[in-house]
Amino acid sequence: MPTADPIVSAIVEKYRKNPTYVLQILREAQEALDWISPDTVEAVASGLNIPRTRVQSVVQFYSFLYDKPRGRYRLLFADNITDRMAGNIALFEHMLNRLKIKRGVVSSDGLVSVDLASDTGMCDQGPALLANNRAIPRLTMRRVDEICDLVKARAPLDEWPADLFRVDDNIRRRETLLTPITSGVALDAAIARGRQGMLDEVKRANVRGRGGAGFPMGRKWEGARNAPGAERYIVCNADEGEPGTFKDRVLLNSFSVRVLEGMAIAGYATGATKGFIYLRGEYKHLQAKLQREIDEMRADARLGASIRGCPGFDFDIEIYMGAGAYICGEGTAMVNSLEGKLGRPRVRPPSMVQVGYLGKPTVVDNVESLAHATEIAIEGGARFAKRGTRFSTGTKLLSISGDCERPGVYEYQFGVTIARVLEDCGAKAVSAVQIGGASGVLLTPDEFSRRIAFEDVPTAGAFMVFGVDRDIFEVARNFAHFFAHESCGFCTPCRVGTTIQRNIMDKIAEGRGARYEVNELKRVVEFMKRFSHCGLGETAGNAVRDALNKFRPAFERRLHAKDFAPAIDLERALEPARRITARDDAEAHLETES
Amino acid sequence: MAETTFNIDELPIPFTPGQTILEAAKAAGIYIPHLCYQPEFKAHGGCKMCTVMVNGKPQTACTHKAAAEQEVEVDTPELNASRRTLVQMMFIEGNHFCPGCEKSGACQLQALAYEYEMLTPHFVELFPERNIDASHPDVLIDYNRCVLCELCVRASRDVDHKEVFAIAGRGQDARLIVNSPSGKLGDSALAVTDRAAQVCPVGAIIVKRVGFAAAPIGERMYDKNPISAEADSCEIPEAQ
Repeated sequence: MPTADPIVSAIVEKYRKNPTYVLQILREAQEALDWISPDTVEAVASGLNIPRTRVQSVVQFYSFLYDKPRGRYRLLFADNITDRMAGNIALFEHMLNRLKIKRGVVSSDGLVSVDLASDTGMCDQGPALLANNRAIPRLTMRRVDEICDLVKARAPLDEWPADLFRVDDNIRRRETLLTPITSGVALDAAIARGRQGMLDEVKRANVRGRGGAGFPMGRKWEGARNAPGAERYIVCNADEGEPGTFKDRVLLNSFSVRVLEGMAIAGYATGATKGFIYLRGEYKHLQAKLQREIDEMRADARLGASIRGCPGFDFDIEIYMGAGAYICGEGTAMVNSLEGKLGRPRVRPPSMVQVGYLGKPTVVDNVESLAHATEIAIEGGARFAKRGTRFSTGTKLLSISGDCERPGVYEYQFGVTIARVLEDCGAKAVSAVQIGGASGVLLTPDEFSRRIAFEDVPTAGAFMVFGVDRDIFEVARNFAHFFAHESCGFCTPCRVGTTIQRNIMDKIAEGRGARYEVNELKRVVEFMKRFSHCGLGETAGNAVRDALNKFRPAFERRLHAKDFAPAIDLERALEPARRITARDDAEAHLETES
Repeated sequence: MAETTFNIDELPIPFTPGQTILEAAKAAGIYIPHLCYQPEFKAHGGCKMCTVMVNGKPQTACTHKAAAEQEVEVDTPELNASRRTLVQMMFIEGNHFCPGCEKSGACQLQALAYEYEMLTPHFVELFPERNIDASHPDVLIDYNRCVLCELCVRASRDVDHKEVFAIAGRGQDARLIVNSPSGKLGDSALAVTDRAAQVCPVGAIIVKRVGFAAAPIGERMYDKNPISAEADSCEIPEAQ
């Protein structure tokens, strides 16, 4: 194994010893060294001249950084509910058997480890896994065997068949956004409108943020432009961590002209000269491609100084990779992460447009929102606002997965009914749809006439379909596990509440819950909603709440007959004593197994 | 000139611009519970004990600025029940055995539990596996009792300028870590006289060889008065 020092110093030098890049440095160090050893921590800390605890904090905050060896090959199966429905667990167990290892335990030769992870943004082509942070979708038994063979042969990842890593767009329906534009056209149109004119058009378009919260983008831009100070930043939120969402992946892959020029337009209208793409760690496969496009844009005067020959229009873009933390999709947490800190949400106010990245006015916009800026630049706000509904203008991308014939990305004008979407994607005998991801809402057939719009069913785009044979309790339990895993730990209600929620769901799943647990779930969900620091905790109980309200029988049939059963399973608690005394006779058990 | 005021439980309270609700309330002698807040450090806002209703919306009083005409609810049955829930949550996520803890009687978590009538932990205890670090000659850390208030983190960074402490990990894995090659307190730059060694509101960071002798039962800090009656309840007494 190579030693940490020279490799780490080279990486630290590459980032000009700038501590805001600690996450990038650690990602690259891990790629070279397989894990972040204490020596690596020391080398990074001394190279950046920061306390080692700051480095350790970052390592331990992000799921894809490892402070213990996890093997040369680190395989993580996506475990969103849609992966479950597609049979990921059978594949996962097959791989464990083939490699003769246990979950999460490195093989004795230090070669490989296999574990489960949160959703990876491949729900339309799951089950998926990450091999050393590189996505491999469309898993089958045959593919798993192929991967096992490659691992056993110690083949470097770069030599694995390219087809393994092929990620499809699966665009099923297009309107205006999913239409290619010639590079430079949107920038020229924006320049022709002037900075104020461009801002006015965005306001006229009445476009609302596509990341879920729906804040009017024009007001955000104006706020940043009017905030005092010379430096401003644009952050493109490409963290897309919401389970069931993958539309940004498609925009970044095939419509990056819109995204990148949209960022430059945001810079033009707000006076920002620097932009970051905070790219989800799971989308590493897009990094090199996006970087090439950024380089081409610089060569082409579409980035850099005096863009398109317009004096004073200076803007540049840098890619910043995430490392597996759902919370970083929250705007203030993302900016903290960009600064090299833990991705924990900040206290608001002040808002990001006043005090954002490095204390400077910052606009954090979703990938899709920024892509819309190119439409507005070209056609103007009034025409843009003609699409969709009065309060939700323009089109919306939906990421459709689950029980349907044609999963993929669909573009609709706002206002489309859920029934229409289900018909288009070929979903039959549907019992429920989860809209907006794990933090969204669960809708049942009596609600399928409702519309996708901020004023009715708002969504960042996740649309997971569940057929009549699906067990909605297990859907809610999957999401409960997700939130307990992703809570950042900053505030008490979410840090503890998500764990309590998960444990109660597990107790009910084991058939040991009673009516008490059902009522307790309701209380905990309500408590998290009211007292949590940020949207994660506020929405962490949504799925459980909706499942309880709409699929009560799925809970009822699991409940223990009594009013209450203790949390401790006495029979199971005796197991260590039986093991120690090497006994397994009837007397060593509480009662005969029922 | 008319004084600017806002209302706490319908009582007009004066404030100066820039003051938080908690600061204004404290100046007016009104108790708002808090755990991770100390006046000498930048507000953190994580424990959520100081949550109050501001014009009907929950806000942390330690970070939210007072403003004219604001209607703030502090002492309501609903909020007090929620504070009890918060204390219960903090109890069950750590290992808090008051009878054996030398901070007992001077512990803010325990005092808050009394204040909000916590008679049981209510939730199923998580019983996490945590360690004790006795490597430092003068200061001991019992991680079982840490409530992640980050007071020691802030004190070490902002007052002692040593950055001895930090929080690492996420969710239930979030925990206090120590800045030393071994991760042990004994190898760190901490001195017993540091502010960081004094600010722990619970029994997680305690000074050695003081123990139960500091004050017998009946004469401990919160034996005399409940936490809500302590005029200076947000100030931690100097170590004995």
